[in-house]
Amino acid sequence: MAPTSKLSQGIKKASRSHTYHRRGLWAIKAKHGGAFPKAEKPDAAAAAAPKFYPADDVKPRQPSTRKPNPTKLRSSITPGTVLILLAGRYMGKRVIFLKQLKSGLLLVTGPFKINGVPIRRVNQSYVIATSTKVDISGVNVEKFDDKYFSRDKKQKAKKTEGELFETEKEATKDLPQFKKEDQKVVDAELIKAIEAVPDLKTYLGARFSLRDGDKPHEMVF
Amino acid sequence: MKGRQGQRVRLYVRGTILGYKRSKSNQYENTSLLQIEGVNTKEEVGWYAGKRIAYVYKAKTKSSGSTIRCIWGKVTRPHGNSGVVRAKFRSNLPPTSMGKKVRVFMYPSSI
Repeated sequence: MAPTSKLSQGIKKASRSHTYHRRGLWAIKAKHGGAFPKAEKPDAAAAAAPKFYPADDVKPRQPSTRKPNPTKLRSSITPGTVLILLAGRYMGKRVIFLKQLKSGLLLVTGPFKINGVPIRRVNQSYVIATSTKVDISGVNVEKFDDKYFSRDKKQKAKKTEGELFETEKEATKDLPQFKKEDQKVVDAELIKAIEAVPDLKTYLGARFSLRDGDKPHEMVF
Repeated sequence: MKGRQGQRVRLYVRGTILGYKRSKSNQYENTSLLQIEGVNTKEEVGWYAGKRIAYVYKAKTKSSGSTIRCIWGKVTRPHGNSGVVRAKFRSNLPPTSMGKKVRVFMYPSSI
């Protein structure tokens, strides 16, 4: 039998060339004049009208059309709600909820100008909704979708022999200019709404943290 | 990585590992009992059900670049009437962890 056993994950005992030799593929190739024989494709007309009606009444399997239901948004979270981030780099920061994206993630922003949190996505299970709301009717968030946040595909350049052992130069990971512009546009409208409410700006600038004796299960956010 | 800057943010509640779930002569190491600070009744446990817990400890040897290790788990249900909590961890807690502190996080959040 074929030695299919693996030396480790992804490494087979028999190498590719070994398998080629063992299966005698070289002989088949040689017999057919240096190329593998190809089965001729049946022409389209014959494929369309089968000669016999299939005896078995078996329906071809239908691909599943079921689509997952959209994630439910917690009722305490509405556009403009101030959220507290619970984990990650910005934990403890108070941010403003803008909208729910198709993936179910929440689109939030600090605003960046006030507490340094850029426009980003968070999972709703990692936020606390507060009773504070900000009027975001003037903010246009139509252009933000999940695709907006997707990473650019890395272009792998083919290396020449000389470059092969050179360490790869790190490209600068600056935020693209258009994202900075988008942040500014959203921030400008939001800050207008925030400054209209007394103390809201300092509230958003302050981080949330538990202190000794605090009981989150008794807190009202 | 940047060092700690500015205000310290604690977003977890401290808890103490009491031991394993047990009967008179048997113990069940796959369930641990925890006392969460400030939780004294069965009703108050409701808020913590499902919350993630981390048992953070220090080891002698480095693993993935750090001597600090962590066992994750979650709160499953109350144990008795005085706010003690049952918890399951990805790998059972070691006996040396008894009496040590755990971090009970506020996520997954439902508020």
